[in-house]
Amino acid sequence: MEDESKNPKPKSRREFVKNIGLIGLGGIALGSSLYAAKHFEEKKRGQNVKLLTADGKLVEVDLLDVKQLDVDRLTNNQERGRKGIPGKSWVMVVDLSKCRNARKCIDACQSAHHLRPEQYHINTLQMKDTDRTPAYHMPKPCQHCDNPPCVSVCPVDATFKRSDGPVLIDNERCIGCRFCIAACPYSARSFNWFEPKDAEKDKDLVYDVELNVPQKKGTITKCCFSADRLRINQLPYCVSACPNGVYYFGDENEDAITNGTTKETVRLSKLLSDNGAYQLMEELGTKPRVFYLPPKNRLFPFSDNTENEKKS
Amino acid sequence: MAESQTNIQQDSTVDNLIKDLFRTVRLNKGFNIWMGFLSVSLVICLYAYYIQLRDGLGVAGIRDYVSWGIYISNFVFFVATSLVGMLVSGVVGLSGQKWVTPLTRIAEIIAVAFAAVAGLVIVSDMGRPERLVNVFIHGRVQSPILWDVTVVTTYFLISLLLLYITLIPDLAYGKDHLEGRPKLLQKLYDILSLGWKGRKAEVKILKKSTIVMLILIIPVALSIHTVTSWLFAVTLRPGWDSSIFGPYFVSGAFVSGLSCLVIAMYFFRKNYKLEDYITDFHFDKVAKLLVLVSLVYLYFNLNEFLVPGYKMKKFDAVHLRELLAGEHALLFWSVQGLGLIIPIILLLIKPFRKPLPMLIIGIFVLAGSWLKRYIIVVPVQEHPFLPIQHEPSNFMVYSPTLIEILISIAPIIMVLMIISVLAKLFPIIPVWETVVHKGLIKDETEIENNNHI
Ligand code: SF4
Ligand code: SF4
Repeated sequence: MEDESKNPKPKSRREFVKNIGLIGLGGIALGSSLYAAKHFEEKKRGQNVKLLTADGKLVEVDLLDVKQLDVDRLTNNQERGRKGIPGKSWVMVVDLSKCRNARKCIDACQSAHHLRPEQYHINTLQMKDTDRTPAYHMPKPCQHCDNPPCVSVCPVDATFKRSDGPVLIDNERCIGCRFCIAACPYSARSFNWFEPKDAEKDKDLVYDVELNVPQKKGTITKCCFSADRLRINQLPYCVSACPNGVYYFGDENEDAITNGTTKETVRLSKLLSDNGAYQLMEELGTKPRVFYLPPKNRLFPFSDNTENEKKS
Repeated sequence: MAESQTNIQQDSTVDNLIKDLFRTVRLNKGFNIWMGFLSVSLVICLYAYYIQLRDGLGVAGIRDYVSWGIYISNFVFFVATSLVGMLVSGVVGLSGQKWVTPLTRIAEIIAVAFAAVAGLVIVSDMGRPERLVNVFIHGRVQSPILWDVTVVTTYFLISLLLLYITLIPDLAYGKDHLEGRPKLLQKLYDILSLGWKGRKAEVKILKKSTIVMLILIIPVALSIHTVTSWLFAVTLRPGWDSSIFGPYFVSGAFVSGLSCLVIAMYFFRKNYKLEDYITDFHFDKVAKLLVLVSLVYLYFNLNEFLVPGYKMKKFDAVHLRELLAGEHALLFWSVQGLGLIIPIILLLIKPFRKPLPMLIIGIFVLAGSWLKRYIIVVPVQEHPFLPIQHEPSNFMVYSPTLIEILISIAPIIMVLMIISVLAKLFPIIPVWETVVHKGLIKDETEIENNNHI
């Protein structure tokens, strides 16, 4: 709240409350320049400052406009992040018969979201359903449940369900109670126990809810179904990174789904029914948005190739 | 007061009694040393918290899988123990058991201290404590955390009011019996007593408001611990996903609260030389009450573990095996044995219902109660539905760090400080009520009151 004093223009209370999440951002990143802005407010305009935008462009902004601009960016991002893309209903299909545990999905994900090696939005698990069936690798992202227990328990609406499917997290609002971790049956959530890996590098970035970058100490981080990529009509990071054609991603409403490796688009309903698709622990009533095709007819033996794992 | 006194003979007995009970309101060297010791320890623990604020919650042993550790166990324990105020003053007091009078204030002070600090315990578990206000700005009613915040605050306020209301007549007595005590204290008594004169009308209001508080405190106390149990029971996790968690927690709370009361009784009796007021008879009564609530708790334990244990459903089985025969078995069985079953058996035997044996039993039961919370909170998270893989080893099993332990000790120190200060500032045995119950003052409202109820 100290930052209120650095605010060049008085704001309405409601606006201030909305922007509480800005603490630290304006303060740390631009503290000194804002301080200067306050001092020179009555003086002349035309003092410019160079800034790096969220998408990496270098721009020049008038010093007096700096804070105002960023406030709006953050609020905009937060508001937009809560609105789904109209008419869409995203689903993912994971073909277990193709997964060789290359873990390229994990690498792509962790680098996109600036995660530490032990923080997984998506992880591959070695599964063995019965004594008589062979083991297999199972990529496990957040299931983006339609009845998400994590969202029900969140006391501050920091984690929320979007109309187009994804369950996202606003780390500018999260209080770090970790009730959602307790509630998620798929262990799909991770926490920033320490200062995030790229805290120093990311300190000038405006927070983007759809990418959940920059990560914030003391808050939750989780799979975003690559909502930022969906916004620009691209496949999620993990889906495009897989070399083995494991992932399909698409819109349930269009009944069309695209393989991330082959870029081949198929009928969702046919893919599911032809292959006996199932959902993970659907008996819990969580209504997942991720479908699994059983690990049948595999053309390669199971190998415990944990060497693909990054050593942390 | 003058209105109530009948003759001079009684007047002097009353006077002696009051004097005797105000003996304990006195700052002495022992108290100062004790508080100094607590303060120094608290500063050390707060430094640990500073480190956590600076470096992140990761300085504790909790990680992505076991993400609730001893902070949350501690929180549950604090809420549980605070229920003793409602049990002793509310349930036992309202049922007309006069013997409980000398214990009510101790119980209420315990309740106030534990309820007040419970809130802080939960803050120590937050990743971003500075965003606590978000709970009020963006609060969502469907989250049990909101319910918990509401009821714990309410319970604290009611307990505080109850403590205060029953203290008013004593504060008025204090004005005449605090010679030689600090001026500030006398002033405090004067202000807080609200000009109480002991008139009939005043006594009536006092009694009425006390009864209202006592009736109110029962559902509120039940809900604080029920809601706390729901923090776990609303999840899908095997071991928490239980429909009896509410009563299971509440009955467990009575056990831990009463054991705390026993320890406090012993301490105050010994240090404040209150043997005339807190007698063997009281210990005997409390022991029987403790047996009763422990049996109820044992009954719920049986339901909680035997029924899933009989079926051994896939995920329940993993959890139960760890608990009953695996990694946590030693802890589990020691807690059930030393903290519940053996105390019940011992307390059924008369010689064990004497103060000293009860102190020892009380300590075991209280320690068992704390560890039981740990058993409820931690092991469940070590076995989620899906396997924990490709994680560093400290993600697999939970072990509390030194910093975490220090931060968990801080609230215990705070509770001790609150109890010590309150017990020093005010008479620990309700003076006025004792006088009335001993029949030294005629209670003119008695007849009317009975007509009311
Ligand atoms: S998988 Fe877990 S984190 Fe993802 S939506 Fe479901 S409950 Fe929430
Ligand atoms: S940790 Fe954050 S997202 Fe999760 S329940 Fe708490 S406030 Fe909500």
